[in-house]
Amino acid sequence: MTAVPTRTPARPSGVGAQTRRLVDRYLLLVYTTLAVVYLLVPVALVILFSFNDPAGKSNVVWQGFTLKYWLHPFSVDGLPEAVGLSLLIAFLSTAIATTLGTLIALALVRYDFRLRRTSNLLIFLPMATPEIVLGASLLTMFVSIGSEPFFPLSAVTILIAHVMFNISFVVVTVRARLAGFPRHLEEAAMDLYANELQTFWKVTFPLILPGIIAAALLAFSLSIDDFVITNFTSGKSQTFPMFIYAKNRIGVPPQVNVIGTVIFLVAVGGVLITTVSSRRRR
Amino acid sequence: MGVWLKRHSWVVPYALLAPGMLWLILFYVYPGIQMFIASFWSGTLETGFTFSLDNYTNYTEAFDQFSPFYARSIVYAGAATLLTFLIAYPLAYTIATKGGSQKNLLLFLVVAPFFTSFLLRTIAWKIILSDSGLLLGPLKAIGLVPEEFRLLATPVAVISGITYNFLPFMTLPIYVAIEKVDGRLVEAAKDLYAGPWRPGGAVVGGLVGGVLAAVLGVIFNWSWPAMALVGGTAGALIGWFLVSESFIRVTFPLSLPGVFAGSLLTFIPAIGDYINAEFLGNPSTRMIGNVIQNKFLTQNDYPTAAALSFMLMAGVLAVVAVYARALGTEDVSTGRL
Repeated sequence: MTAVPTRTPARPSGVGAQTRRLVDRYLLLVYTTLAVVYLLVPVALVILFSFNDPAGKSNVVWQGFTLKYWLHPFSVDGLPEAVGLSLLIAFLSTAIATTLGTLIALALVRYDFRLRRTSNLLIFLPMATPEIVLGASLLTMFVSIGSEPFFPLSAVTILIAHVMFNISFVVVTVRARLAGFPRHLEEAAMDLYANELQTFWKVTFPLILPGIIAAALLAFSLSIDDFVITNFTSGKSQTFPMFIYAKNRIGVPPQVNVIGTVIFLVAVGGVLITTVSSRRRR
Repeated sequence: MGVWLKRHSWVVPYALLAPGMLWLILFYVYPGIQMFIASFWSGTLETGFTFSLDNYTNYTEAFDQFSPFYARSIVYAGAATLLTFLIAYPLAYTIATKGGSQKNLLLFLVVAPFFTSFLLRTIAWKIILSDSGLLLGPLKAIGLVPEEFRLLATPVAVISGITYNFLPFMTLPIYVAIEKVDGRLVEAAKDLYAGPWRPGGAVVGGLVGGVLAAVLGVIFNWSWPAMALVGGTAGALIGWFLVSESFIRVTFPLSLPGVFAGSLLTFIPAIGDYINAEFLGNPSTRMIGNVIQNKFLTQNDYPTAAALSFMLMAGVLAVVAVYARALGTEDVSTGRL
């Protein structure tokens, strides 16, 4: 894929070499543009169809432009409740998983202890298990326990599941940031008579905060978009993705596209803000 | 407290680990064991379930009945993994080597689809692939494609949906691997007269392209000789014009860990997926995920469903174990980010 050999001072001439130079300069660029377009076309369609004015229930053929679904995004039965539940579970599972996962990451990076390998394995396995197996095994456990708070399935069981699959992602994100951590700063703080807790809150925590924020953003986006595991652990409660799934047979209303677009814009905004602010900090 | 901690400092890591690990043991390990137990159950949800080792027949019966679904899942997930690799490699390569100051923006665009709902994106593919939709509408209008040709509700649609949805999982690890390649090695190769890789590139490219396209042709139920011809020609052209010796001898071998990590990260979610098969396919494209969710959530046939999931998990973990033995787990878990 790299072209244009640079070993001779004079550039090779001839049709072949010229083609290669052109290809090297433009082809990969064109290809990358096409690939990005391919990645973004479905996203663009989701946004576009939030402005569609469908004739029937099905929102898959473009009929005409309207703003009415943007003005009344919650005018479908069950949608506000579903979005509310999704947000609630995303916030709670992010808070819990980020706390638990950060503690694990600290232990794995800073300390040597006997169960390290086992711990690493236990962090890795949930990420290597298909989602459907995670959901199915939780469902089996909840049913076989068969009593509160695990059964009947509810928002609590969804939350338990979301925290479970988020922990590993938080650990690997925070661990990646901790790997290049300037340990001498902590030692300096200790030399200046700060105790362990003071050192942690005044030195360690501010330094790993960007990693923790990145992990929290990842956890939040995984939680709010999860369908498969939620489908197995939700019982009668309905999250936003469950709502979309239920509506898919009869036609997804444009209001769902409005909410999807808003989530997309908020997520993009969140990423932009954290990138810009982390750049400024540097 | 400080003094106590200093004397018993070995406690600290365990105290940090305990809450999170406990959560994983209670809600990952234990449910896995419970599912294994459930695969030896007999009975129904109404009458209650009883455990007996004699119920190993759950496995044999489930396998006899549903092995075509496993086979189909492996084929679809394998084809999608292959396609994501073919699409992702040049993309990751370009971003890593020619991205310059645009690298972060391009990476952001690669993961941007993840910020819209997975289900909504898959529904958007219905709009793209439908009989007179975004893709086939114009092609049919200019007569390039016969009127009765369709993509939606075929294996092609399912595989392209999976390919699209998991493409970033393949792109990011390959990007990380290529990014890590020391540019001085490439320079050194060129100093040692590594030039364009022809005619070897054309031969190898033609063969690889031809075989891959023929395999896809068989899976898609399209004419495989025609596919082989197109793929072979494309591969030969790419091999002749684009592939240099320094790439094939330095960059590509060094990027292989990223390729393996990406393949795993694409294959695992792909083989358990049932949304693409349900939204974009038809009853004859159902994958093992569709069977498992139907058994669990509609029929409440827990024993069979548990046996099916356990076999899926065992298969996936076997692949993962081979991988982890060969390359370690760090690459996979960091590549995902």
